Amino acid sequence: MKPGTLLQIIAVFGSLSILSIGGGNTVLPQMHLDAVKGHDWLSNRQFADVFAISQAAPGPSILIVTLVGYAAGMKAGGLAGAILGALVATVAMILPAGLLVYFTARFWNSAKEAKWRKAVEKGFAPLTVGLVLASGVIVAKSADHGYREWALTAVATVIFTCTKTNPLIVVGVAGVIGWLGWV
Amino acid sequence: MTDDSSGTERPSLLELALTFNKIAIASFGGGLSAWSREVVVVERKWMTEEEFLSALTICRILPGANQVNMAVFVGVKFRGIIGAIAATAGLTFVPVLIVLGMAWFYFTYSKVPAMKSVLHGMTAAAVAMTFAMAFKTGKKCLQSPIGIALFVAMFVLSAVLRMPLVYALAICGPLALWWGWPREPRAEA
Repeated sequence: MKPGTLLQIIAVFGSLSILSIGGGNTVLPQMHLDAVKGHDWLSNRQFADVFAISQAAPGPSILIVTLVGYAAGMKAGGLAGAILGALVATVAMILPAGLLVYFTARFWNSAKEAKWRKAVEKGFAPLTVGLVLASGVIVAKSADHGYREWALTAVATVIFTCTKTNPLIVVGVAGVIGWLGWV
Repeated sequence: MTDDSSGTERPSLLELALTFNKIAIASFGGGLSAWSREVVVVERKWMTEEEFLSALTICRILPGANQVNMAVFVGVKFRGIIGAIAATAGLTFVPVLIVLGMAWFYFTYSKVPAMKSVLHGMTAAAVAMTFAMAFKTGKKCLQSPIGIALFVAMFVLSAVLRMPLVYALAICGPLALWWGWPREPRAEA
């Protein structure tokens, strides 16, 4: 596999990592531009499919970069190149932003008694709750929630809020309900 | 140097990795933030509710995937940079393997693995888990009119107006900090 492709992968995902303020999904348009138009690593159709696949996998939503890296590496060097490309892309996407978080977290931990930290902890709590609720609504909207899905969501919300049922059981049952085609 | 006030024992590197692995695996269909809270705050008691919520916001403001950032944040708290690596590796290792398998399948057979209907149901539950997290955490910090106003403002800006996080925080952040600033009569000693 040409080292050029690996360097391109590092350059693309390393800069997307720093640009992804507000979460990995905010750089999807730029990633599409770089991967499809700029480097021709995959087609439009493949990019859309790869996005759907990454949403189906567990774990952080940015794993679409693993798939794009796979496609880029595959063009340059077959299966071995694909796996290498996938791993390099993933690390390139995580490392720069991760370093920034590392330094921030150290600063944060060293300021345990600082007033500004107490102000952030108390003041930002309601904002975060608002954001969490918002992200639930946004996910539901983008997943085309119809009235049946909302009904299932409502029942599950009551179970999560009012009972101590293991959440995995609820998620599993919801998966079965989906598999049976009831939602 | 790293003393933690929450009174828990410092988890080992392996514990950090396995815990975040568990969070990742549990999040089939989404709801990763809710799962993080469930495991980090409720189950392991590694962070208090306030600590977790503020860390979550910091992780959202900084670039990078929120949940990777959260793993780094928790890892650093207990074990410094090695802890951050352990937690991040734990969070991503199995999902990356799964994605690699799916990628191989997709690029070999040009077909998206047929999981759509199962996932559809799971997403409904993941959304529910996110709502439940908002209710549970909200019960504690939404007890004053200003707190509730901040919550409503952030929800409307983010979910209804779809304003980018940076702008929404520029609007709500100053009021939140003013409201949260500790005021004790003896503070000026």
